[in-house]
Amino acid sequence: MTDSSEKNTIRVALPFHLRNLARIEGDALIDVAAPVTIRSVLDALEARYPMLRGTIREYETGKRRAFLRFFVCEEDWSLESVDKPLPEAVVSGKEIFLILGAIAGG
Amino acid sequence: MSSVRVLVGTRKGAFLLNSDGKRKNWTVNGPFFAGWEIYHMKGSPVDPNRIYVSQTSGWFGQLIQRSDDGGKTWHQPGLPNEAIPPPGPPTAVPNRFSYDTSAATGKPLTTHQWYDGTQHPWEFKRVWHIEPSLTEADTVYAGIEDAALFKSTDGGENWKELSGLRGHGTGPQWSPGAGGMGLHTIILDPTDPKRIYIAISAAGAFRTNDGGAKWKPINKGLRSQYIPDPSAEVGHCVHHVAMHPSRPNVLFMQKHWDVMRSDDAGDNWREVSGNLPTDFGFVIDVHAHEPETLYVVPIKSDSEHYPLEGKLRVYRSRTGGNEWEPLAKGLPEKDCYVNVLRDAMAVDTLDDCGIYFGTTGGQVYASADSGESWAPIVRDLPAVLSVEVQTMN
Repeated sequence: MTDSSEKNTIRVALPFHLRNLARIEGDALIDVAAPVTIRSVLDALEARYPMLRGTIREYETGKRRAFLRFFVCEEDWSLESVDKPLPEAVVSGKEIFLILGAIAGG
Repeated sequence: MSSVRVLVGTRKGAFLLNSDGKRKNWTVNGPFFAGWEIYHMKGSPVDPNRIYVSQTSGWFGQLIQRSDDGGKTWHQPGLPNEAIPPPGPPTAVPNRFSYDTSAATGKPLTTHQWYDGTQHPWEFKRVWHIEPSLTEADTVYAGIEDAALFKSTDGGENWKELSGLRGHGTGPQWSPGAGGMGLHTIILDPTDPKRIYIAISAAGAFRTNDGGAKWKPINKGLRSQYIPDPSAEVGHCVHHVAMHPSRPNVLFMQKHWDVMRSDDAGDNWREVSGNLPTDFGFVIDVHAHEPETLYVVPIKSDSEHYPLEGKLRVYRSRTGGNEWEPLAKGLPEKDCYVNVLRDAMAVDTLDDCGIYFGTTGGQVYASADSGESWAPIVRDLPAVLSVEVQTMN
């Protein structure tokens, strides 16, 4: 059984503007307790960087903002359940959790 | 020594333009929030170092930024830039604008009219206009799209809707203009803290006399040929409203066609377009020391959003409307096809009143002599969305 108190350090790759908002360079390193899911990663990301609240998920619905997509191990997880456990490669920090802004609009 | 600070919001960032009272030599700082749409930025009349900004993007949504040092540094109100935040739920959510549907203070969210005449749910898009209180640096109002009015009393850390506006009854008849259904004008009466005027594209103008609990449409006398009832109570596309602080009952309006005037706090309007070459436009403003001196920028038409004959001209009336004169010295008189958006004109309060406006072509023009002559401060900014000016004496 997974120890829910166990923390995993997740590497989150943010778009340029969100890195600027959070004032970080490179990937955000976020400690997330199991189970590691899209929801728990974003909860932890926003708790650590509250200036990102509302920029990835809409405030009222909690849904992913329309012009952002989530990629995991080179697969598009944007339409996956936010409570689906992320792959071990992401949980271990070997792979990133990628938040990508659409290039639509130039 | 007096100085002015011009706050310029553009499609790709904010700029601060600074000069001394002569307004001839300028320093340009920015872009701040590079790459973001800065719909509006405005300084507090109480504390000139306090500046609020509406920062928005289709990708990442709405942010509010604040400076407490005159634009040197910025932060989202209540959110630490560097420190690790304490555990627990946040005490500040400066970017959250939630329509108030609470049983205690809210109104039903209802729907509003959509472009095709059907009813459409209210949805938050962005903050169009920020209006700091005249008396308290931490009190600030925000006009949003889809049209509603919000207020913060903690410097922008938290916002609460003044839901009496959206809920006073005519809301379902409001419909968006081409740019959306934005609450773009907020005017605070300096003689009565409970009186506020607002204007919405394309619902019209409204007034509260009790600090925002109850509102009434103030559109009587407006005539809009493009709506089923041209004299309807609501549905008029008001582009901007201006008021001189010494005359809070006198309002001037640039409408989607027509320049209008009210002498009774908006209860009645009359047209003062007079001899304007075209009465379509977006901006309107009032000279800081001459309450009957107005400025507009006539735009050819609602189909062609650029100046007549390629000549960029400000028109001035010294009679409160009807009689207008062109001001062109120093402005491009050929091949100029820019627009001047509704929040992109401002005046300073120096003795010889300075007038400023920004264009969609990225120019910001200044006049240090009440409009007699103009010169560009900058020519190549991104498209200008808003211009405000702070006068420091």
